[in-house]
Amino acid sequence: MSSSIPAVSLSGVTKHFGAVQAVRGIDLTIEPGEVVAFLGPNGAGKTSTIDMMLGLSEPTSGSAQILGLEPRDAIARGLVSAVMQTGGLLKDITVRETVAYTASLFVHTRDIDDVLAEAGITGIADRKVEKCSGGEQQRLRFAMALLSDPALLLLDEPTTGMDVEGRRTFWSAIRSDAQKGRTVLFATHYLEEADQYADRIVLISHGKVVADGSGSEIKSLASGRTVRATLNQPDTAALASLPGVDNVEVRGESVYVHAKDSDVVARYLLNETSARDLEITAQGLEEAFLNLTGDAT
Amino acid sequence: MSATTIDPTQRRVPPLGGFNLTMLGIEMRRILRNRRAVIFTLIMPVILYLIIGTNSQYTGDKAGSGNVSAYILISMAAYGAVLATTSGGAMVATERALGWSRQLRLTPLSPIAYVMVKAIVALFLGLSSVLAVNIVGLLNGKAEMPTHVWIAAGVIAWLGSIVFGAFGLFVGYLLPSENVMQVLGPALAGLAALGGLWFPIKSDSVLGHISACTPIYGLANLARWPLYGGAPHLVWILNLLGWLIVFVAGAAWRMSKDTARV
Repeated sequence: MSSSIPAVSLSGVTKHFGAVQAVRGIDLTIEPGEVVAFLGPNGAGKTSTIDMMLGLSEPTSGSAQILGLEPRDAIARGLVSAVMQTGGLLKDITVRETVAYTASLFVHTRDIDDVLAEAGITGIADRKVEKCSGGEQQRLRFAMALLSDPALLLLDEPTTGMDVEGRRTFWSAIRSDAQKGRTVLFATHYLEEADQYADRIVLISHGKVVADGSGSEIKSLASGRTVRATLNQPDTAALASLPGVDNVEVRGESVYVHAKDSDVVARYLLNETSARDLEITAQGLEEAFLNLTGDAT
Repeated sequence: MSATTIDPTQRRVPPLGGFNLTMLGIEMRRILRNRRAVIFTLIMPVILYLIIGTNSQYTGDKAGSGNVSAYILISMAAYGAVLATTSGGAMVATERALGWSRQLRLTPLSPIAYVMVKAIVALFLGLSSVLAVNIVGLLNGKAEMPTHVWIAAGVIAWLGSIVFGAFGLFVGYLLPSENVMQVLGPALAGLAALGGLWFPIKSDSVLGHISACTPIYGLANLARWPLYGGAPHLVWILNLLGWLIVFVAGAAWRMSKDTARV
C-alpha cells in the first residue's frame, strides 16, 4: 500500500499570468484521509492552485504531485476528481446519460445507480440537465466526481447555489466519505464552512499560505483571546507588562485584556488580584481571517 | 469498492485515450435529438430539392450524363453535408463555452479521442444528410444519372464536407456561443450561393472569378464532376485544399490562444 505517499504534494509552486502573480510559492503536503479547507478571499489564488493539482495548468515553477504521480497521470487513472464551481455540463442530455458518459471514460468505475443514489439524484435521473435547478446540477457534478472512486476529491466552492439544507446534506456525505479514507480538499471563502467541516485549514492570501492549522489554531494564531474579569481598580500597567498582552481596557467594573497567551493573563488575575467572573473569549474566525489575510480595514 | 482499498498502483489508464462506444452512442443520440440540426441538415435539403429540382423544365434538360434534376440533387446533398459537418465542428465550440471541454479534461479522455468522436459524429450527420437527399431523389424518380454517378457524387459530397468541420470549429472558436449556428446558417446559405450550389455561375464572369475564391466552390464542382466526367479542374481541388488549410490553421491558431478559463 501507499500510506506513506502524500495525497497532495506541492513544492515551491508558482503561477504567473503575464505580469500577474496568482500563486507566489506554495509548499503544501496533505496526508491521505485529511479533510482540508483552502480558505481565502476571492482572487487569493485558490482556484489557480487547484488547477495545477488537476493538471489543467502547468506551474510557472515548482512541482505538483498527486499520490506520487503527475497530475495528468493521476487523472487518467481516476485517482483524482473534482467538482467545479459552475458550468461543465451538457444541457441536452439527461442526468443519467451525463453520469453514464463520464463513467464510460474510466477503466475503474462504481455502479451508476449507486452513485446516483449517493448523490441523491435517482429521482431526477431521466430529467434533462437544463431542467435541473442549480443545486441539482451541483449534486450531479458531485455524482460525476464520485464515479471513479477517487483517492482525492477536490471541490472548488462546492456549495455555491445550494440552500442551507442542501449544504448540510452535502457536507454530511463528504464527511462520511472521508471517514472511509478519501482525501478531500475544498476551496471556500465561507469561513464558517471551513471551520465546521475541515480538520485543517490552509489559509491563503495573495498567492501564499499565510496560516495552516486547525480552526481553533488559526483563530488563536491570528489574534489570541480576550480575557474579561470583574475587578475594582485594576493595575493596568502591571497587566500591560505581562508577556503577550497587547491591549488593556477598563469599562466600568470590568477589565478587558487582549493577549496572545490568555493563560498567563488568567493565572495572574486569579492568583495576584481579587478578580472574579473571569471569561476568556476567542474572536470569531471572521475577524481572524481578515487579520491574517491582511484585508482588514 | 470503498475508498479504503484504493491502491494507486492498481489503477489503469483506459485504452484508446478513453474512446468507447457508450460515449459515441450518447453523442449520436444528442445530435439526432437536436431538432434544429435535424431540420436544417436532414429535412431542409430534401425539401429544397423537391421544390427546385423536380421542376418539369429541369427533368427534361440534360446535364452531363444525367438531367438538371440530378445536378440539383447533387448540389442539395453537398449543401446538407456542409451544414452537417459545420454544425459538428461548431458543437465543439459550444461545448467549450459550456465548460464541458474543461470537465472532460478531468477524465482520462484524450483530446485526440475527443476530436475523433466529434469527427465521427459530424461525418455520421453528413452521411445521413447525403443519404436523405439521395434516397428521396431516387424514390421521387425525377433525377436521372448513371448509378456510378449517383454513388461517386454522393461520396465526394460527403467526404469533401469534412473541410467544413474545420470551418465550424474555427468560427466556433471565434464566436464561442451556444447559438453559433444562428450565425453560421445564413453565412453558409450565402457561401453556397456564391459557390454555385443555388444557381449556376458562369465561370468567365466577374461573379465567376469571385465564386472560384469562395469555400464552397471547390466542393460543389467536385461533387458534380462525376455527372460531367473528364478530368477535374485543378482550381476545384486547389480551392478545397486551400480552404481546408485556412480553416485548420485558423482553428489551430484560436485553440493555441485559448488560455481562458472556461
